[in-house]
Amino acid sequence: MTLLRSIFLRREAGILVMIVIFCAVVGLYKPQFLTGQSLRIVLLLTPLIMIGAMAQMLVLIARHVDLSIGSMLGFSAMVVGLMYREYPDIYWLLGFPVAILTGAVLGLGNGLLVTLFRLPSIIVTLGTLSLYRGLTFIISDARQINRSVIPTELKVMSRTSPIFDVPWIILIAFAIALMTFVIARHTQLGRQTYALGSNPEAAPLRGIDVTKVTLIVFTLAGALSGLAGILYASRWGFVNPSNTGAGFEFQVIAAVVIGGVSINGGVGTVMGTVLGVLLLGCVAAALPLLGIPGSTQNAIYGAVILIALLIDRSVRQRGAISMSRTTS
Amino acid sequence: MEGLPMLIEARGISKQFGGVDVLSDVDLDLHAGEIHALLGENGAGKSTFAKILAGIHRPTRGKLRLNGQPVDVSSPIAAQKLGIALIHQEPISFPDLSVAENIVMGRQAGGLLSRVPWAKIIADARRYLDMLGVSLDVTRPMRGLSIANQQMVEIARSLASDSKLIIMDEPTAPLTPREVDTLFNIARRLREEGRTIIFISHRLEEVRMLCDRVTIFRDGAHIATQTIDSISDDEIIKLMIGRTLKKYMRKHMAAIGETALEVSNLSLPGAFEDVSFTLRRGEIIGLGGLVGAGRTDVARALFGVAPAASGQISIGGVGATINKPSEAIELGLSFVPEDRAGHGIFSTLSVEHNLTAAIPNLIAPSGFISRKREHGISSQAVDDLSIRLASLRQPIVELSGGNQQKAILARWLLTEPKILILDEPTRGIDIGVKAEFYDMIGDLAEAGRAILLISSELPELLSLCDRILVMSEGRITAEFPRETATQESIMQAAVPRTGMAA
Repeated sequence: MTLLRSIFLRREAGILVMIVIFCAVVGLYKPQFLTGQSLRIVLLLTPLIMIGAMAQMLVLIARHVDLSIGSMLGFSAMVVGLMYREYPDIYWLLGFPVAILTGAVLGLGNGLLVTLFRLPSIIVTLGTLSLYRGLTFIISDARQINRSVIPTELKVMSRTSPIFDVPWIILIAFAIALMTFVIARHTQLGRQTYALGSNPEAAPLRGIDVTKVTLIVFTLAGALSGLAGILYASRWGFVNPSNTGAGFEFQVIAAVVIGGVSINGGVGTVMGTVLGVLLLGCVAAALPLLGIPGSTQNAIYGAVILIALLIDRSVRQRGAISMSRTTS
Repeated sequence: MEGLPMLIEARGISKQFGGVDVLSDVDLDLHAGEIHALLGENGAGKSTFAKILAGIHRPTRGKLRLNGQPVDVSSPIAAQKLGIALIHQEPISFPDLSVAENIVMGRQAGGLLSRVPWAKIIADARRYLDMLGVSLDVTRPMRGLSIANQQMVEIARSLASDSKLIIMDEPTAPLTPREVDTLFNIARRLREEGRTIIFISHRLEEVRMLCDRVTIFRDGAHIATQTIDSISDDEIIKLMIGRTLKKYMRKHMAAIGETALEVSNLSLPGAFEDVSFTLRRGEIIGLGGLVGAGRTDVARALFGVAPAASGQISIGGVGATINKPSEAIELGLSFVPEDRAGHGIFSTLSVEHNLTAAIPNLIAPSGFISRKREHGISSQAVDDLSIRLASLRQPIVELSGGNQQKAILARWLLTEPKILILDEPTRGIDIGVKAEFYDMIGDLAEAGRAILLISSELPELLSLCDRILVMSEGRITAEFPRETATQESIMQAAVPRTGMAA
């Protein structure tokens, strides 16, 4: 067991412990929480967040942030919805490449603004958060895409399963997590993203094409948001210009940060992010059971983030101390 | 030595920064398989030359040949491909990546989506560290490694790119004596393999232990290259200084009054040790020495930024404890720091706000800032020090370096300090403004203020100060009254040498 792995494991073990404790406490009050049925509920709550979290994780590792992913989700979903409405006979699977490409173009837009004009990504994506949302209203005439328009094949993907009774949508989310793991851990792109976030000044000195890596990361974030967009249409059966994807960025950043991805760049793992998403899913699934109204959900999410950060901080400080002992 | 083949031939290397010559027409030959010391005062151009070889700076003029072939070192990556590596004192790394990745990063072939060959990376990294005789877990992150180990990783990096020339820029300053030994053994081993090492250092003792030849730079020019056995320490020091004295004379010396500041046995482990001196009213004491000698640390301790661990400070004859800057200000101390951009100015704020930043009670007697008072006080200060500006409301960064420095001085003068600590006050300021500064410092002494002047410019110390203390490796190694101080005697005391090194 190397130190590198043990540190990451410790961080991930920490989240796992939080999940177990949370479920145990809830289970004490509501034993029905600890059944396969709630696991299914948790998993069904999370696929979109999972995909968004993978996107956000890569962006944060590169020492950037993307606040616009909810708006990119909404815009891509709307483009696909309009396509289904205007061309009812179109082959339904075509929605996937269209959504992903639409998201990729929006993400590339973010990346270009960040790299060409050297603008801070938090400001750029705050702008496009609003811009892309506004464009969604414009292209849709502020009208919702209704249930009848979304192809049935797409809608049933959220319920039917090819294997083990796990719905397609969940399988897709885990496939994306696996893909992100491979990118982050086993490709030059992934390692260069970590390097860039870890020390942006040193990156060009080591031959890293900072502009290229940054553009790819933002484009990938857009593409994944687009994928989340069509899955939204599948899961909920409608696309609404104001609701679809609104607040998505908040849930995603919450999950990623809980999962141990550093907003200072260079740090984060897919495993941690997956666990962060699941913890958030558990919280979301437990609230109705405990009779806590949906209106307090945001407050509770916020509290969970802060608690996770505080625990992380104290773990890391202890880690730093033990590490300095081993090297001195 | 002459039998060894030539690795690098530098001809007429020159570099200008903003119209100022930092290097002029440097010729230097480096043999394969030698350890070559590069010596010179602060600002002599050693690091600039090293950075040109490593592709970090492009020379304004000049040519480089590597193994007889003309080469263009256009970037750090180009340098790496040519086999030139620069080891920084505090190495540049990716703290969150593993040691192994830090060793190979920048050498990997293939596109962005190609696979990372982990097994090979780890095996290679182990092999290069083994070649150095260093045992480190290559899968652990860089973060938390000691500086010595970080340097080892950098050296392993240079082996990974099979560097023929390895430049070490003051590598030993942050190391313990044992780590220095390890480093030297590795350097010797690399020499045996036919690699060339440039060793930049202030420590003559180390240069003598390690190096074959020595080159001395002064004011951006190549002064001499000799085998180490054919030159004495005294000759080296003579060649390092020999700078022509710029004529500046203090108009008149101030009357020296009673003791303002007395420091005894002040120590801060790792920074300075056993520092004692007395500073009187109307007196200017110069603190000379090389960069890293601990002068700034003493100043920061006196001002409470990083307080000393032991020792006494007394101000006006009364014992004082200073644990933070506000206490120092209360006691009548002021500190104009060396790093103007980092510690001196509030860069986004106006000149006016910068001037009045240290006197909140004066401009806001009621708790709210009185714009009228603020304006009155700051325009008076601008007149007093003839700071050239367009408007008091202008952001301070728009002023020239010299005028920014005047503004910082003005800020501290507004606190009516009894004791003024100036750390390299004229660095990066053009000659004309420098003379103004010297007049100002002289006037302040005449007005009865006690002044501690840290400066690396020997002529500045010699022309302004009543007494000069010299620090080396954290200790005061000499004290000269104005009359007997010479550039040579100060330099002799500043350069760590055999028997003096810690």
